[in-house]
Amino acid sequence: MIGIKSYGAYVPRYRIDRNVIYSAMGWLNPAIYMAGEKAVANWDEDSISMAVAAAIDCLNGMERGKIDGLYLATTTPPYMLRQNSGIVAGALDLRVDIRTADFAGSTKSGTSGLLSALDAIKGGGAGNVLVCASDCRTSKPGSAQEHLYGDGAAALLLGNEGVIATLEGHCSVSYDFPDRWRASDERFEHAWEDRFIRDEGYGKFMIEAMSGLLKKYNLTIKDFAKVVYPCLYPREHAAIARRIGAEPGQIQDSMLPTVGDTGSASPLMMLVAALEEARPGDKILVASFGSGSDALFFQVTEGIGEARAGRAVKKHLASKKGLPSYERYLAFRNIIPMEMGMRGEETASTSMSLLFRDRKMVLSLCGSKCKRCGTPQYPYQRVCVNPDCGSVDEMEYYRFSDKKGTLFTYTGDNLAASTDPPAIYGLIDFEGGGRFWFDLTDCDLEAVKVDMPVEMTFRRKYMDEARGVHGYFWKARPIRA
Amino acid sequence: MAEGIKDKVAIIGMGCTKFGELWSKGAEDLMVDAFKEAIEDAGIEKKDIQAAWFGTHFEEHSVGKGATSLAMTLKLPFIPVTRTENFCATGSEALRGAAYAVAAGAYDIALALGVEKLKDTGYGGLPGGQNLMGTRFRLIGPNMTAPGAFAMMATRYLARYRLSPDEGKMMLARVSAKSHHNGVLNPKAHLRREVTEEQIMNAPIIAWPLGLFDCCGVSDGSAAAIVTRADIARKFRPDPVYIKALQIAVSSGEEMMYSNWDGTHVESGYRAGIKAYEEAGVKNPRQEISMAEVHDCFSITEAVTMEDLQFSPRGRVKEDIAAGRFGLDGEQPIQTDGGLKCFGHPIGASGLRMMYEMYKQLQGKAGERQVKNPRFGVTHNMGGFPAMNVVSMFIVGL
Repeated sequence: MIGIKSYGAYVPRYRIDRNVIYSAMGWLNPAIYMAGEKAVANWDEDSISMAVAAAIDCLNGMERGKIDGLYLATTTPPYMLRQNSGIVAGALDLRVDIRTADFAGSTKSGTSGLLSALDAIKGGGAGNVLVCASDCRTSKPGSAQEHLYGDGAAALLLGNEGVIATLEGHCSVSYDFPDRWRASDERFEHAWEDRFIRDEGYGKFMIEAMSGLLKKYNLTIKDFAKVVYPCLYPREHAAIARRIGAEPGQIQDSMLPTVGDTGSASPLMMLVAALEEARPGDKILVASFGSGSDALFFQVTEGIGEARAGRAVKKHLASKKGLPSYERYLAFRNIIPMEMGMRGEETASTSMSLLFRDRKMVLSLCGSKCKRCGTPQYPYQRVCVNPDCGSVDEMEYYRFSDKKGTLFTYTGDNLAASTDPPAIYGLIDFEGGGRFWFDLTDCDLEAVKVDMPVEMTFRRKYMDEARGVHGYFWKARPIRA
Repeated sequence: MAEGIKDKVAIIGMGCTKFGELWSKGAEDLMVDAFKEAIEDAGIEKKDIQAAWFGTHFEEHSVGKGATSLAMTLKLPFIPVTRTENFCATGSEALRGAAYAVAAGAYDIALALGVEKLKDTGYGGLPGGQNLMGTRFRLIGPNMTAPGAFAMMATRYLARYRLSPDEGKMMLARVSAKSHHNGVLNPKAHLRREVTEEQIMNAPIIAWPLGLFDCCGVSDGSAAAIVTRADIARKFRPDPVYIKALQIAVSSGEEMMYSNWDGTHVESGYRAGIKAYEEAGVKNPRQEISMAEVHDCFSITEAVTMEDLQFSPRGRVKEDIAAGRFGLDGEQPIQTDGGLKCFGHPIGASGLRMMYEMYKQLQGKAGERQVKNPRFGVTHNMGGFPAMNVVSMFIVGL
């Protein structure tokens, strides 16, 4: 019984009303208008950090030592050289004797990763594989993509026992479909005419994959409780349902009006939303789009009732804050040059040998715990910090990233160079012991209080553009609703 | 049993430049200015100096590493020169090196000189220094500045003692207003302007809850001291100033990484104080210490230091501040020269600048700022942040 053991998702805190975008840029291209809002990654988020967030949501306290593989699907990998899934695996403090792989180049990469993981499990190469799909796409001001694309991530833990939905079948088609493309040295994508994409892409080969699956397994569309597929065009989304003979009630919400299209993550996020509502026995059809299509057929088991409840899609959607200004949105995505002051222009180089040596401390947020007195301490110490102990080299690694904490004290700093001033940071006391300084994120100074509970979130700490380094570390945030 | 250095070392000459945004002066100019005043004050010549200690912190923004810049600028003739660095307590560290050298009998006369040229960075505040606490800290430390690090102590202090933001900011405003008043009387001070408590409370926030006037001046400047063995000091002048205690305490990591620190005091300051009082034989600091120059990099630092040095009971400094205890006419004047707040804070020079004021006060040469019949003066020079730091304490007297 191979299938999904657990699911998780991530939608960033910020949403921007599309009217705010249209008010700013509608003059350029008045025909582009979409209702609703879209999810916007904070300035310190990207596809790696959101993948980690979705993975944490999916794991939700599960034993990480049992994971044998980590696949990351994204069309916006922060690194072209340096495995992005390796950074995610490090942040999750997974074992090192595992498989990691990046799936990229197409918005169907999420399902490509899913199928590869399921194949690896079926072939006996791995017991449990975590698949993350995440996208944080930057669009040109005034473009249709600026309205359409939102930021988000999904994660699915796949395995061969204790599954909540079994994989019953799949069917793929692959075309070199040049609807959208972005060369390796380009920042923004190019797109061919929408009618072409609609008629030759969604209208043909996504249906081809879904129909192929139905035929292959001798099923009809009526057998499925939910049909899950993304589509950039709301009208075509409904038209596809009619063409495959599905009733509107069978069609999973595309999340276009609430999150936007999240690229590689879209079909997986929609699948997570479907699983949140699923009942035992439900059949779910999932299809992706991009350079062809993968269609997958899952059947929900009795285990769905015991699925570990993280925030998934529903709670993440409800937990939000409006981003009132288009200019701040552009600043968050680094689209307009910002005056950061001479102080902000100083960037020390990152020592990669140090980063590698201290990877457990930096990526995995592991400190040490004294085997003699039990004191957790961060960063890793060889000499125990407890003045009444002082043991030397009697330490074991101790992970802080999954510990909650309280905010011992804090400030909002207007002098520190920040994309989103004031820079808020404080001293965190961890549940179970340990104290250290951390940046705070996803919060407003007025709402921050001494002794408030916080949780850790993996973020981009700095960007060294001259040397091409994305520096990642953990920050604290008020516990998200 | 260690004897300490009480009454073994005397200061016989001191110099201090005007502090400020000295656009036309480089670090080398400032060194020469402070040195000239110090040897003239001591009545000695350059050739009498047998060894020197040189303090500077942000060397990358001015003179570079090592001690050669002092030796070569002053043309010291192949004598031993050592550079010291210990965050903002760097100047005291230079004086400590020189004091220990003469106390040990290694030399008869030694020079301590501190300098900092901060205003060549192109922006306000201290230089950024992403590697200030090491290359690993750059990867894991918060996006922190000095005002923010100390603001966190203010946040916790207000929370612990249940002071509203207005009550807390008023307490801190009184600290800064007092120093501004003293700074007006000091021709060498960087900031010489009276400001009202209302102005201070309404100033733009730098790092909540600290506003502009809660922060000390970022200044260029230099200060120097000539020390000698106590037994020969009176050969040079009738009023040498003697070191009664010299103590320094450095964080063990407990404050930052263990959870036993309350966040409303500086543990090293408290410990250095206890050791210094013991060395000097001071039983009741609130009664016996006539005056002090403490490390008021931020108003909150001065406030908690009054408690750390046992001038005020824990959590009660607010009452002493409100009663004017630490004003020029109060019972225990603090920052008679304006302090870091208004004299300014050229890092490597600050510890020696504090000593310059105590030295002048003890000799009765502080002019309009003169404290009546001072007996013991204290310098308290802190480097680092409330959660990890070094504090250097001198007690001096005639």
